[in-house]
Amino acid sequence: MPCPGAGLLRPDRRLKLTGRRVLRVGGSVVETMAIKVSATGPSGDGSVGLVETSTLKLFSPPESLTLAGGGQLGAITVAYETYGTLSAERDNAIFVCHALTGDAHAAGYHDAESEKLGWWDDFVGPGKGLDTNRYFVICANVVGGCQGTTGPGDVAPGSEAPWGLEFPFITVDDMVTVHRALVEQLGIEQLLAVIGGSLGGMQVLEWAARFPDTIRSAIVLASGAKLPARGIAFNAIGRRAILVDPSFHDGDYYSQDEVPRFGLALARMVAHVTYLSEASIEMKFGRRLQEGDQFAYDLARETEFQVESYLHHQGKQFVERFDANSYLYLTRAMDYFDLGATHGSLTEALGRSDARYLVISYSTDWLFPTSQSREVVSSMVEAGRDVTMIEFESPFGHDAFLIEHEQLAGVVVPFLEQTLEAARGRS
Amino acid sequence: MSATRYSMPGPDTEMIDELLLEQVDDGSRVIDLGCGDGRLLDRLRSERGCRVLGVELGEAEVTAVIGRGLSVIRADLDQGLGDIPDDSFDTAVLSQTLQQVHRPTTVLREMLRVARRALVVVPNFGHWRIRLKVIQQGRAPVTDSLPYEWYDTPNLHVCSMHDIRDLVDQLGIKVVREIPIIGGRPVERAWWANLRADSAMYVLERANA
Repeated sequence: MPCPGAGLLRPDRRLKLTGRRVLRVGGSVVETMAIKVSATGPSGDGSVGLVETSTLKLFSPPESLTLAGGGQLGAITVAYETYGTLSAERDNAIFVCHALTGDAHAAGYHDAESEKLGWWDDFVGPGKGLDTNRYFVICANVVGGCQGTTGPGDVAPGSEAPWGLEFPFITVDDMVTVHRALVEQLGIEQLLAVIGGSLGGMQVLEWAARFPDTIRSAIVLASGAKLPARGIAFNAIGRRAILVDPSFHDGDYYSQDEVPRFGLALARMVAHVTYLSEASIEMKFGRRLQEGDQFAYDLARETEFQVESYLHHQGKQFVERFDANSYLYLTRAMDYFDLGATHGSLTEALGRSDARYLVISYSTDWLFPTSQSREVVSSMVEAGRDVTMIEFESPFGHDAFLIEHEQLAGVVVPFLEQTLEAARGRS
Repeated sequence: MSATRYSMPGPDTEMIDELLLEQVDDGSRVIDLGCGDGRLLDRLRSERGCRVLGVELGEAEVTAVIGRGLSVIRADLDQGLGDIPDDSFDTAVLSQTLQQVHRPTTVLREMLRVARRALVVVPNFGHWRIRLKVIQQGRAPVTDSLPYEWYDTPNLHVCSMHDIRDLVDQLGIKVVREIPIIGGRPVERAWWANLRADSAMYVLERANA
């Protein structure tokens, strides 16, 4: 099978990635066969190398987490990874909030055989944007997710069966409360930075409002204080695709032979389009055909254009790693997020923390257009906070924050250095 | 060809920074429009204890500002300062930049929307030697610090001190102070300033303030 993605990136990007076995296309990892793998070891290739996902149990009875949407949840298992070393002063920790379908595995690889790199390996590692030689980086799967942290696919307490749609409603507030509890459990009182893109950026903003004294800086990428209506619309289409899949069984499909893979794949295909831009779609695919240069005049062929083939591949890959119920819960959490409404006003929410803010948007992002970043920046200025904002030029749409790692490192590196310097100067 | 023309002395950056620093209250909030690498912001913070924010378009300059541990918003001044709420600063600074923006009136109005007070430094193309050269040679003036030909220059507008006065009057802006810079020195209440000054600093406020 020809590999979707390979050969579709800009030539310079492919060159940079030579020596890895994966390409990052549209925010997802695509295994490539075309690229020759050089034999550099984990320490030599700028990767954190072999890593493991750890788990911690939080909110164990008699405690429980009071959810923002009502109800209680506990105990909660949290899957997380750490990279680098925590300083003796415990002042160099950075928490990474992943986006909608990310996981705790941000950098390095789990299995020396497959060398499948973490979702942000380009940005997290020795000498990279989040330099693991200097900083202690933590990434955890969100509550409600399906990659190690408690979510609807886990068995409910006192039951034999998974939660399914009985799982309580999860909000961005809850995700952050659990992250914060994890960080506290790891013995870190104050983070040097909390950073995240998209849904991850929402978590960063919520963190600043909810736990203002626990962070020295907040880095928000391709995000905003709420999801614009167009984003809700696309999430609605994705959820609809899952809900009408005959294999959905009201969310109780775990014991069935089939999971709602078609619905989930379709949800992913739709969402993927929102992560790209007009420019990046044209650049990667144009109207090129997958095979040959003649139309097949065959309606049954669903992968005639390269863009079709790519989306099908993305959908297919996604169902291998993601749970349909989690997708419903997490997209809803994203829809519901409204920082200003939750905390009275944006200025009130963002004025509580003394953290230095860094807000980044991308010129071709139509899921979170720059106007969304401007809105939060405006409130930060009004609240008298320190804020740096940059709209980067990039053709890669919403996915740019996962792709343009050098551009991002160009500002994140000095920003973190200065934040750490100020922190150490103060104490 | 530009060598045969009169070149205005380059603005003495250091001296102009000093002059700007003098106009700012300790601990006040200052926004510097077209802040470059953040040189002035850094001094405002360390010497005057100001809370500062820069606005700059150049990517390398923005990175330099971040490298100083200062806050900066990357923006094009001609697009206005939409992100910045009204009255969020005490002072807005615009040094050697007004002649380079497409819409000087928008920028001036925006400055006095976001801040109570505006400090503006502009080169004075009314200097007698420029006038003389224009008459003698019939060519557009070129300056030392910005030695560009008329068709390829960041200096989009050529204005004199009289022109600035006319403009601020028209915009309903009050000139609190006008400090001509002559021969590298600030000379307040100079005679024949529009003939003698290389540049001038204006302290502006809203007329109704």
